[in-house]
Amino acid sequence: MSTNTSALRVEEVSISFGGLRALSNVYLEIAKNEVVGLIGPNGAGKTTLFNALCGLVKPDTGSFFLEGEKRDFPRTDNLVDLNIARTLQGVGLFPELTVLENVMVGAQHLAQTGLISAALGRNTKDENRIRDRARVALDRVYAGTLANRRANTLSYPDTKRVAIARALVSEPKILMLDEPAGGLGTHDIEWLNSLIHNLSSQMSVLLVEHHMDVVMNVCSKLYVLNFGEVIASGSAESVRRDPAVIAAYLGTGA
Amino acid sequence: MQLLNTILIGITAGSIYSLMAIAFVLVWRSTRVVNFAQAGMALLSTYIGYEAVTRFGSFWIALPVAMLGGALFAALVEVILMRLLVKHASTGPIAAVAPIIATLGLLGLIRSVIAMIWGGQDLRILPPVSNMGFTLNGETLVFSPLKLLILIITLVLMALLSLLFQRTNLGLSLRASAYAPEISRLSGVHVDLIRTLGWALAGAAGAVAGIFQTVNGNGNFSPDSIEFALLLVSGFIAAVIGGLDSLLGAVIGGMFLGIVIAFVLIYVNTSLFFIVPFIILLIVLFIRPQGIIGARAGRRA
Repeated sequence: MSTNTSALRVEEVSISFGGLRALSNVYLEIAKNEVVGLIGPNGAGKTTLFNALCGLVKPDTGSFFLEGEKRDFPRTDNLVDLNIARTLQGVGLFPELTVLENVMVGAQHLAQTGLISAALGRNTKDENRIRDRARVALDRVYAGTLANRRANTLSYPDTKRVAIARALVSEPKILMLDEPAGGLGTHDIEWLNSLIHNLSSQMSVLLVEHHMDVVMNVCSKLYVLNFGEVIASGSAESVRRDPAVIAAYLGTGA
Repeated sequence: MQLLNTILIGITAGSIYSLMAIAFVLVWRSTRVVNFAQAGMALLSTYIGYEAVTRFGSFWIALPVAMLGGALFAALVEVILMRLLVKHASTGPIAAVAPIIATLGLLGLIRSVIAMIWGGQDLRILPPVSNMGFTLNGETLVFSPLKLLILIITLVLMALLSLLFQRTNLGLSLRASAYAPEISRLSGVHVDLIRTLGWALAGAAGAVAGIFQTVNGNGNFSPDSIEFALLLVSGFIAAVIGGLDSLLGAVIGGMFLGIVIAFVLIYVNTSLFFIVPFIILLIVLFIRPQGIIGARAGRRA
């Protein structure tokens, strides 16, 4: 894949936690507008890789490329500036804020006024712009009607929609979804599939997912992790038939 | 008449405690530190206010100058001291204790530095309006124009703070960072900046509390002022009564404390002045350790 279509690439990523090798020499590439799945048995290192990509974990070694350009691995606080957004496995909404406020938190970088002037006077222009963007993001996940509900009153599938809206509101070029289908029923999974299809016209999507229906349906490329190493990568079909993958899944009983 | 007097005195003192409690809550929410140096910061701000009064001759210039000074100093403490502490003492048992010890040390340090600069003697700030009581039906109340002014300014500041938290993006960032700093960071909130801002707001609130506590008393203050010890104790207890996490709780806790103290002083015995707050604190901790408002609802406000 030539570098001008590469959205994000990492090479030779290794991470150890006190002697335990969580990732070794992992590589991964996501092209622009591509949907890439990261799969593997429990404990394979999927979430660790995700955390490294968004700054929650610092890799011991490895290189990070954004649109072909080599950079430091992101820190959590500049992730949004790099146009990367992620959702969390545990959803991570602010329980006592409203749905709209939860989504607005994801758009704070759009506030152009400085801290001091914002503290001195309400900047209505900024406020309205952020509010509007949050509403648009909620509409995109068909959660517009939930705007004024408190997050801790939502059903589980709805919290997942809101979490995705909060990631979308920053208008990322790379969207990272951590087990978006986990805990969802058939109806919601159909909705999720079509959402991811639609999103891929505007951004690259990287997802960690156990739900094979979703993975096979939306991903054009898969990476399979096992014991911290990439054991297979390629199209969903080729990966599905890969003997190493079958062995990994059967071997761990997953 | 005595009942009315008692309530009005209680509310005025309570509004000052509330401001101090708000300062505790703001710092607690932004960095999970109980800042015992808050009283020292309030004292320093009062000295800054004193300098402004002597230079410009106006209480109305002194108050905002003191607020600004208090805010800047608090922000500096957060950036220089607290960030260093978090960096170097972030694991093990010391991580829980270090910030508290540091703020206690800072309290002592601030008082010493003040004594070095201004000396240990009493200084005086005159109130902008009379502290002679209003007259009602020929009787003189303890409630005075000064107390009314204190009450009004305090309520206005609280309303502004509430607007900031509930109606602005900045307030949203402040609330989100208080819940879950890591998630806020992932969502693009500049949590470090927001923390510093929390301290600065606390510094400004403490400055107002310090100056009002001074002029509501006899106007005198020194590095060893008993008024500031009382402010520290009352503000902290009011914050705990309110659940330590809630701005609304801090206001309720402060008003409650002010009124109860006023009733005990006037109807029971003035010698109970320093004991009452602690008794109330113990009762609250026994009956409702999460505070009157409770932690869950608290962070909404």
